[in-house]
Amino acid sequence: MNNYSGFSLFRNALSGHRKWPQAWRSPEPKKHYDVVIIGAGGQGLATAYFLAKNHGIKNVAVLEKGYLGGGNTGRNTQVIRSNYFWPQSSAFFDRSLQLFESLSQKLNFNVMLSQRGILTLAHSHHELEGIRRWANAIMINDIDSQVLTPTEVKELMPLVNLDCRFPIHGGFIQRRGGTARHDAVAWSLARAASEYGVDIIQQCEVTDINTQAGRVTSLETTRGRIEAGKVSIAVAGHTGVLAKMAGFRVPVTSMSLQAMVSEPVKPCLNTVVLSPVIHAYVSQSDRGELVIGGGADVYNSYAQRGGIPMLEETISSVLELFPAFSRLRLMRQWAGTVDVTPDTTPIMGKTPVDHLYISGGWGTGGYKAIPAGGETMAYTIVNDHPHPLIEGFGLERFESGALIDEGAASGVAH
Amino acid sequence: MLQITCPYCGCRDESDFSFGGESHVTRPSLDSSNAEWSDYLFNRENPMGIHYERWVHSYGCGRWFNVARDTVTHEIHATYKMGEAKPELAPNTKSGGNDR
Repeated sequence: MNNYSGFSLFRNALSGHRKWPQAWRSPEPKKHYDVVIIGAGGQGLATAYFLAKNHGIKNVAVLEKGYLGGGNTGRNTQVIRSNYFWPQSSAFFDRSLQLFESLSQKLNFNVMLSQRGILTLAHSHHELEGIRRWANAIMINDIDSQVLTPTEVKELMPLVNLDCRFPIHGGFIQRRGGTARHDAVAWSLARAASEYGVDIIQQCEVTDINTQAGRVTSLETTRGRIEAGKVSIAVAGHTGVLAKMAGFRVPVTSMSLQAMVSEPVKPCLNTVVLSPVIHAYVSQSDRGELVIGGGADVYNSYAQRGGIPMLEETISSVLELFPAFSRLRLMRQWAGTVDVTPDTTPIMGKTPVDHLYISGGWGTGGYKAIPAGGETMAYTIVNDHPHPLIEGFGLERFESGALIDEGAASGVAH
Repeated sequence: MLQITCPYCGCRDESDFSFGGESHVTRPSLDSSNAEWSDYLFNRENPMGIHYERWVHSYGCGRWFNVARDTVTHEIHATYKMGEAKPELAPNTKSGGNDR
């Protein structure tokens, strides 16, 4: 692999940057793979990378119907955090945050991790009480968290309007939270996996999943049949479509989650701020654009476009928090199809079909889970048994009743 | 913005209504197995194509009704009252085929 360094940058500058090698190969699909992963988003690519790195399984293909990182991995707002309530979620998502902290060094690719903190606001006395309880639960789980007074909120974000329609009573911050560049995460994992020998095959849509005696055998794709020892589904919003091909149902609803960016301005917001009550969050990208997100559109959708009512609600909430932003123009608005589960906890692990695994139900929060999701799914595929960190995330919880309800516990709205 | 035709009030903007998820879900009998009960509680059709769903006219008459809507194009093919049978609809070509 061509090592990225200051020296390689200098050397390539001498040839006008025309001689950089391709970051990953684009091979023709082989007839058989030990493991085939459906979906070349962050989760799929990370799974392939960890299969090769941790378990030495390199006869692996990652199939992608569009282009690499072109789904929710490239559509999210890049937020990374581990401020969950329940111990199962905390352990998993903090493992992911820890992996993010060393990702750039390990993959020799700058993912531009910026631990600028994530601040959650409270807009009433009662909500502040709830936030104190939540922040304490996070600390009990050994994760950093700090309750802030309104004065401290104002010091952190001078542009905020504390006396907005729902006045700000305080908040709590996880200082290790922040952002990392989403394209870089996808590209760095693709480059590292490809170096290990993983075949990343773009423009290859899976059209059917073949099983024999309750066990997956091969996949029909737009580029022919591919035999597979084991198959893992990592397709975000299309989880239900793929599960149907394999003949089982999953408790997910596919919805549009939209986001938008303003024109770039000088640094004016140095944290990620979100408000669960008025349902909006905003941060400033390294390019100076304000990155804004809100709630999911209310109805089932595979359209990958957001509706106007939710756009209006999100923008009006952000402008109430930061009146100064009303002068900015929006440059782009887009949406991704997210698969939401009833308890807003992901579905990971085995499926009713043997040797078929699933990593889905990520809802609106899969991006921050990419490294840990890949690490635990690789373990699960190799051992045919869920990794200890994701034991509670299996499909069977919907029958046993052991839900991990982060929707109620930490305000994950969707 | 969707334009939804309430069977009682006529065509109104989407912001008049609230969404109620999949329609025509039948509650299993009380002696059903855990698997059947879990399927009833949590699993939904979630099709890529025509979805039969419930809406309520929150800022109008307040009544529930059914909508047949394409989840890819968002085109509304029919609205009909609670208790009525699903309309038979031809697969939609615009969304690349119904019921995927």
